[in-house]
Amino acid sequence: MTRILAALPILVALMVGGFFLWGLNPDRDPNEIPSVLISQQVPEFDLAPVAGMNIPGLARTDLTGNPGPVVVNVFASWCVPCRAEHAVLTRMVERDGVRLMGINYKDKPEEARAWLDDLGNPYERIGSDLNGRAGIEWGISGVPETFIVSGAGTVLYRYVGPVVGPEAEAEFSTALAEARATKAPRT
Amino acid sequence: MIRKTLFATLILFILPFAVAAVEPDEILDDPVLEARARDISKDLRCVVCQNENIDSSNAGVARDLRLLVRERLIAGDTNQQALDFIQARYGDFVLLKPPFKPSTYALWLAPGVFLLFGIGVSILILSRARTRRPNEALSDSEESAVAELLAQENRSDP
Repeated sequence: MTRILAALPILVALMVGGFFLWGLNPDRDPNEIPSVLISQQVPEFDLAPVAGMNIPGLARTDLTGNPGPVVVNVFASWCVPCRAEHAVLTRMVERDGVRLMGINYKDKPEEARAWLDDLGNPYERIGSDLNGRAGIEWGISGVPETFIVSGAGTVLYRYVGPVVGPEAEAEFSTALAEARATKAPRT
Repeated sequence: MIRKTLFATLILFILPFAVAAVEPDEILDDPVLEARARDISKDLRCVVCQNENIDSSNAGVARDLRLLVRERLIAGDTNQQALDFIQARYGDFVLLKPPFKPSTYALWLAPGVFLLFGIGVSILILSRARTRRPNEALSDSEESAVAELLAQENRSDP
């Protein structure tokens, strides 16, 4: 009994120390919000195209029944990191043959058009989310955010913030490679 | 005079806490629904300025969520249904009061467990301290042992 009592302070110190070790880990982001959407079906949404653009809009039905995974990117012309991310997304589309869909979040159509004219349009479809309601359905907290959706329409992966820089790009392409490997029995 | 100035300053310091981020165009005409919307908003965490509820956050998403809550209430949702609607999209994280379920048992029960543990250890230590108090009188067997020792001592003494 005395031994157990003597070991108590050590036990408590180990518990607290273990907690510190976990909490002080530099790779842990305390602001990270776990997404409820992962391994769920794509949420219900139906967005009209960006006015004045010759690109179709985006709806839930465009994300189900695809032969392979597609990438959904939430962007806006007013979002500065999106400009940096645009180059990365364009490269993914041109080099890796990624199918990219866009949600233009709370953006003025004319500004979105000018932005895409200036930088080029890597998106296959773009839905114009003028009031941000589709953004809420996707559970986004800001722009940019990027999702990987399986061919069958299951959300496999979510990246919050711009996919820019070697670390982020490596993480994203790993997730994409995994999504492609476990594609679907339908193909 | 000084006291009055101090009081006024204090009031000014308190003022920002009383101000909500709700903008005039968001407020519903029905005061009952509006009051319910304010109540719900206070339980929802803003996903941008975390640790602030959407009622007091100026973030764009917080405004959208406030409008959404009001829309759900007008559509006839109960408070719980409106909360569930947003929880389904943003997860448990948006609730400032986490739900009680298997994955949060540790969160809810840990304080109680620690308290019981502390009480248990205290009782143990206190009761042992009491029983360990040195006896003032010697027991019978000790008494006879002492007597024997003393007798031996006397005998070996010349």
